[in-house]
Amino acid sequence: MKEELIIAGFGGQGVLSMGKILAYSGVIQDKEVTWMPSYGPEMRGGTANVTVIISDKRISSPILNMCDTAIVLNQQSMDKFESKVKPGGILLYDPNGISRHPERKDIKVYSIDAADLANDSGISKAFNMLVLGAFLQLKPILEMENIIKGLKKSLPERYHNLMPMNEKAIRLGMANVKEVK
Amino acid sequence: MAEKLLKKGNEAIALAAIRYGVDGYFGYPITPQSEVMETLMEEMPWETTGMVVLQAESETSSINMLYGGACCGKKVMTSSSSPGISLMCEGISYMAGSELPCLVVNVTRGGPGLGTIQPSQGDYFQAVKGGGHGDYKTIVLAPASVQEMYDFVGTGFDLAFKYRMPAMILSDGAIGQMMEKVELRPQVQRLTDKEIAKKYGDWATTGKSGRKANFISSLALEARDMEQINLRLQSKYRIIEETEVLFEKHLCDDAEYLLVAFGSSARICESTVEMARSKGIRMGLLRPITLFPFPTRIIQAMLPQLKGIMSVELSAGQMVEDIRLAVNGAVPVEFFGKMGGIVFSPEEVLNAFTAKFNL
Repeated sequence: MKEELIIAGFGGQGVLSMGKILAYSGVIQDKEVTWMPSYGPEMRGGTANVTVIISDKRISSPILNMCDTAIVLNQQSMDKFESKVKPGGILLYDPNGISRHPERKDIKVYSIDAADLANDSGISKAFNMLVLGAFLQLKPILEMENIIKGLKKSLPERYHNLMPMNEKAIRLGMANVKEVK
Repeated sequence: MAEKLLKKGNEAIALAAIRYGVDGYFGYPITPQSEVMETLMEEMPWETTGMVVLQAESETSSINMLYGGACCGKKVMTSSSSPGISLMCEGISYMAGSELPCLVVNVTRGGPGLGTIQPSQGDYFQAVKGGGHGDYKTIVLAPASVQEMYDFVGTGFDLAFKYRMPAMILSDGAIGQMMEKVELRPQVQRLTDKEIAKKYGDWATTGKSGRKANFISSLALEARDMEQINLRLQSKYRIIEETEVLFEKHLCDDAEYLLVAFGSSARICESTVEMARSKGIRMGLLRPITLFPFPTRIIQAMLPQLKGIMSVELSAGQMVEDIRLAVNGAVPVEFFGKMGGIVFSPEEVLNAFTAKFNL
């Protein structure tokens, strides 16, 4: 198993921490992982992205040209990363705030109304966990038990009381991901 | 088995410093390495091992704090990124001249000048050829993973004390900012003055009590004395070149073409080699782990099997000069690189390679 994933959106949407939770869950499941953030000027300009690789084998390059899955959470990221999905790969996005929807026909496109669902359920802070749930529904590469452990490892201890909310958000995301035809 | 953590390369450096029993860290913040001192401040090792962590007023101050600590035989280190390391070069030269051990970590960014905060390997010349004034060398280790960021703190100090000279970890923004699995090593106790003298020799200025005074300086006004110091340094460097070369070979046994790359470039080139192999090109990768001493003989020993070499660097081409010195015209040596914080992909490296060798 090898999953090469790019997650991209606005700073503050929890893009980097979503990647970190996935990577930590991979460590707990004894996989090889890399987590490579954008830390440069684009981050200071408001957008953030992270490349996460989870693999059974040693990972060579942590820097990718093309990915298996792109998770896209704003228009700039759609413009930048739609073309970076390998043919047959997956593009998962939240249509909220997207003006130009994906056009490629050689990839599978899925949507998750994460922002709306999170707001309606009163868990807007766990927006990124809905997106994570949607991804795990499409690519069940890691066991739920390890995701929960990874989440706990990634959260500072003072936020451990928020674990049930995050878990609920992951399950809500899993139940609501839709294929876009 | 020890627990595996998910850490940034910079965080790994800090954790390794505490676990290895380092006595003092002196630094000044700069992107992309600020997590080193941030992690040390969070871990508060002064409460546990007694390690000093101090933010100096500038990089010039931190390197001179290292000079003072090293004179006392202490394990002292600093970390910075390219412009900060430039400020430290005077101090590094003084420490080389005074034969003092220390560890300097450079998490490089794109230059010249204030440059960018993105990854670069444009400090190869500065690290390997000196940087400061005079005929001196530092031992230079180039980690390619977060685990190596951790492990090379210990390796660097071991070599620095063995040869009484500064050692450097030459990393870059990509390895510093990236998170990977890291296994922490057991806690090593900090040494007392007596233990230091017993382990590394009684040269430090620890307070004279019943022994001949130890004298540490880089000043020898008499040219004949200075020549002797230089000869001693050079003979030390020759021994290091003979005995301390570290490298890693990837799919080199039957290779006709060789990529040479270090640090983050080597990780990218590993993928390039796999792509090339899937197209039937017999390509291998040599990753120098020590940049000084450079694996000159390792390259020379491979020459009979090779049709060509390409050096792949995040610079305008610096290490390629050392490869060409080693190869001495025996096979074509090409170069591919990007500058100013731009990082190449494995595909770009392969495309450059096939274009340069007409494959």
